[in-house]
Amino acid sequence: MIKTDALIIGAGPTGLFTAHQLKLIGLNCEIVDNLDKIGGQCIELYPDKPIYDIPAIPECTGEELTKNLIDQLKPFNIKFYLNERVEEVKSNNGNWQVKTNKGTEFTTPNIIIAGGVGSFEPRKFAPKECEKFENKSIFYSIKDKSIFKGKTVSIFGGGDSALDWAIELSKSSKINLIHRRDEFRGAQSTVQKVQDLAKEGKINLFTKYQLNDAKGSDGLESIDIIHENKEVKNLKTDYVLGFFGLIMQLGPIAKWGLNLNKKTINVDTEKFETNQKGIYAVGDICNYPGKLKLILSGFHEGALAARACFKLAKPNEQYKFEFTTSSKAIKNRLGVKGD
Amino acid sequence: MAKITYIEHNGKSHTVEVKKGLSVMEGAVQNNIPGIDADCGGSMACATCHVYVKEEWFDKINIKSEGEDDMLDQAYEPNKHSRLSCQISVTDDIDGLIVNLPEKQ
Repeated sequence: MIKTDALIIGAGPTGLFTAHQLKLIGLNCEIVDNLDKIGGQCIELYPDKPIYDIPAIPECTGEELTKNLIDQLKPFNIKFYLNERVEEVKSNNGNWQVKTNKGTEFTTPNIIIAGGVGSFEPRKFAPKECEKFENKSIFYSIKDKSIFKGKTVSIFGGGDSALDWAIELSKSSKINLIHRRDEFRGAQSTVQKVQDLAKEGKINLFTKYQLNDAKGSDGLESIDIIHENKEVKNLKTDYVLGFFGLIMQLGPIAKWGLNLNKKTINVDTEKFETNQKGIYAVGDICNYPGKLKLILSGFHEGALAARACFKLAKPNEQYKFEFTTSSKAIKNRLGVKGD
Repeated sequence: MAKITYIEHNGKSHTVEVKKGLSVMEGAVQNNIPGIDADCGGSMACATCHVYVKEEWFDKINIKSEGEDDMLDQAYEPNKHSRLSCQISVTDDIDGLIVNLPEKQ
């Protein structure tokens, strides 16, 4: 059980700056994120897209912004729990008891949800039959490629993940590569390689097809794929892989008794607290009159939520407002020399 | 102004007036039409404003943006009439446009 002053859910720009604000005022915190890397949407959705409305930064990409926020956290020792999703939140004696899908447990008076538009989950196949084969014969990511050796693997998707795995697995498996149109969005050299392998008969290419059905009484036996013109083909296959990118889902947050408004959480604008004491929401996931979904708004919301955390984390101390330019205590925390 | 009809997957139909200059996605969001999430806010970075454009309209609206098909690859059940509604501009010419919404985004 990890004890902390505040637990931040979400390692996007808002979560990162909120951590900075907490550490600056002398609180400790831990950060959980479902993605395998720090940065949230900025890294997952638009690492290369320029952003023009971060105050004092005329232009930067999502990746640069993330890097700078991580640099700003350098003076502090903050532990990140990546690839972990918060599943359970329970009240216990004025503290919140939090558990992730990997079994990590926290106890904290403050939870700050900086979850953007929810956690990133792989886009799954539409046909319902696929569910019963999921994680047995149908996968959305690969943990152990050795299971595919000598087997028939049907890969769906047109991006780099689908193409890279098709090339890699074609060395020792029979590969069907299925995509809904005849253009691929992977890197040019990768697309060329796939086309070469298709010519050599190492990859069976099916374009303008999508998955229509998965068949098998016990294990997966075959799949039906359907062409744009409705023609259906049956393919014998041992495994199916789907690489359609990630989508965002509110996920377990919906079950924590919070006041929701569509995919957002209602908060006040003094503390950014939800209807549950000690649970705050900041950034794109929070909602209040006049809310702007801008990164800069997330920074402001995080700064105020951090101050609100102080009261519950240190009930016997009085929070004192200080500037980074003049406060000795803050300079100590930052590890810089005072004047 | 253009009249746009959004038909939910369950068949419920909403016809609203949308100002020209907006996108079909913005028309839905501003009128609280369920079924269009628009998670990324119209920057073509997700596929949660996916719609199916009625066949007779498909060639009358502006053509797909570069990269739009790449995002549509990640949509739920895309087909050849799929578009991202944030990339469809509202003009007087599309008065009467009908789009169907997918079962989910």
